[in-house]
Amino acid sequence: MIVLRRIGRLWLVPVVIVVWELATRALGDDSFPPPSTIAGRMREMWLTGPPSRLWINDSAIANIPPSVVRLLGGWLAAALAGVTLGLLLGRSALLSRLFEPIVHFLRAIPPPMLLSFFLALFAIGPEMQVATIIFGVIWPILINSADGARTIDRQHLDTALVFGLSRGQRLWRVILPSATPKIFAGLRVSLSLALILMVISELVGSTEGIGYQLLDARRSYDRPGVWATIVILGVLGFLLNSAFLAVERRVLSWHRTAKQTT
Amino acid sequence: MLEIHNLTHTYGTGPGAHEALGGVDLKVAEGELVCIVGPSGCGKSTLLRSIAGLLRPTGGEILFQGDPVERTPDNLAVVFQDYSRSLFPWMSVADNVALPLRRKGMDGRQRRQAALDALEQVDLAGAGGKYPWELSGGMQQRASIARAIAYRPTLMLMDEPFGSVDAQTREDLEDLVLRVRAKHGMTILLITHDIDESVYVGDRVIVLSKAPAKVVSDLRVQLPGPRDQITTREHPGFVQLRAEVGRLVRGRQGQAASTG
Repeated sequence: MIVLRRIGRLWLVPVVIVVWELATRALGDDSFPPPSTIAGRMREMWLTGPPSRLWINDSAIANIPPSVVRLLGGWLAAALAGVTLGLLLGRSALLSRLFEPIVHFLRAIPPPMLLSFFLALFAIGPEMQVATIIFGVIWPILINSADGARTIDRQHLDTALVFGLSRGQRLWRVILPSATPKIFAGLRVSLSLALILMVISELVGSTEGIGYQLLDARRSYDRPGVWATIVILGVLGFLLNSAFLAVERRVLSWHRTAKQTT
Repeated sequence: MLEIHNLTHTYGTGPGAHEALGGVDLKVAEGELVCIVGPSGCGKSTLLRSIAGLLRPTGGEILFQGDPVERTPDNLAVVFQDYSRSLFPWMSVADNVALPLRRKGMDGRQRRQAALDALEQVDLAGAGGKYPWELSGGMQQRASIARAIAYRPTLMLMDEPFGSVDAQTREDLEDLVLRVRAKHGMTILLITHDIDESVYVGDRVIVLSKAPAKVVSDLRVQLPGPRDQITTREHPGFVQLRAEVGRLVRGRQGQAASTG
C-alpha cells in the first residue's frame, strides 16, 4: 500500500520530464536543451569514473563535497549561534530591548551585499563563503528561537519553578523543548537560504564547488553544463529538505500528535 | 505549619488597580486537609500563587514551616487546574513524574522507581511510557497528582484540580485525594468553587468573600469517616453544612433572597 501511494505521488515527475523533452525538441533553441541532453552532460561532468567508485569522477569529488560541507558547516554554525542567542534574547527582557533593534538592522541587509565586505576580510576561499552563509542564514533561526523562548506557556514555567527545577533543567527540559517547534521552522527556512548563499558566494569567487562549475560552464558557453549544475542544485536542495523533514518528524513527533488530539 | 497574616495583594496601580486580597488570615495545621471556597474571581488563585511563591504579595506575611515564603519553598507541590498545560507534552508520563526528583538526590533508577510507584498509587500503572496527550483529561490530572505524590511534599496545593473533568471522574479524583492524604499524611490545601466538594473532602472549609478577599468563615467539618460518595453526601451533617457554606459564598445576595 505504502509503495503504491509513493508511486501515486511521484507519477507527475516522469510526465513533466516527457513534456519538457518534447517541448524543448520542438522549440529547437540551444538555450533550452532537452532533459536528455542535460542528463548526458551531467553524466560527462560527474559520472565518468570507474564502476568501483560508482562512476563518480574526480571532478564530482573535487566540486560537490566542498560545496555541501560549506553549506552544512555554515548552516550548523548559524544554528548553534542562532539558537543560543535567540534563547538569551527570548528569556531576557533587558537583552531583548537592547539588542532587538540591532538584530532587525542587520537582518535587513541583503546578504549578497556583504560579499564584498567578506571578500575584503577573508580573500577568496572557504572562510569568506562560510562567513557569508552564516551571516545570511542566522536571522530566521535567531528570531524564531527568541520568539519560541518568549512565548512559553506560563504554566509550564510555573510548574518548573514550583517543583524546584534548576536553571539548567529549566533551560534543557522546559524552555528548549517548548521552543523547538519554532526553532525548527527557522532552521528549515535557513537551510534553503544556505543553499542559495552557497551558490552565490561561489559565483563571486571560488576555485571549486558547484557554483564555480556553473560559472565555468557559463563562461565557456556550455548551455547544457549550466542546466546540469542547476539540476544538481535542485536535487541537492530536495535531498537536504527531505533529510531535514525526516529529522523534524522524529524530534517533533510529540508536537504533531499533541496538536492533532487537542 | 502554614500561617498567613493579613495578606493583601493589588494588581496594578492607580485607578485601574484591582485589589484581589484584602487581608487574609489563615492557619493550617500539620496533616489537615483545608478547602478554600469563594465566589469566582475572588482571588483564590492569587492566594495560592502567593503561598507557592510564584507571586510576591503586596502586603502581609506567609510563614511556611516557620519561614517566610520568599521564593518557591522546598517540600511544596502544586496540582494546577489546567493539567494539559502543567504536564510537559514532550516527555513521557513517567519522565514528567520523575523530573522534579533530581533535586531529591535520587539516581536515575531510584527516580524511575519512585515515578512508577506514584503512578501505581493513582491507578496509572501502565501509562508511564505514554505521552500526556495520549491520556484522557482525568488520567492527565491523575498523572499530575502522581507527580506531586512522588515529590513527597509536606504541603500539597491544589488549584481547582477537578474543575475541568466530568462528574464521575471528579468523584473518583476526590476519593483519590482522600486516599493519598490517608496514606502519606501530607497537608493539603485545596481551592475549589464547588461547595459540595469542599465539604466532602475537607476537614475545614474556609469561605472567602468577593474580591478583595477576606476570610468570611472558618468551618470545621465533622462527618463520620471514612467518607463515601453516597452515604456521606446524604448525611444530615453534610446537607446542613453544605447549605451553610452555600449561603456564606453567596453572601448578601443569598441573604437578601432568603429574607425576601
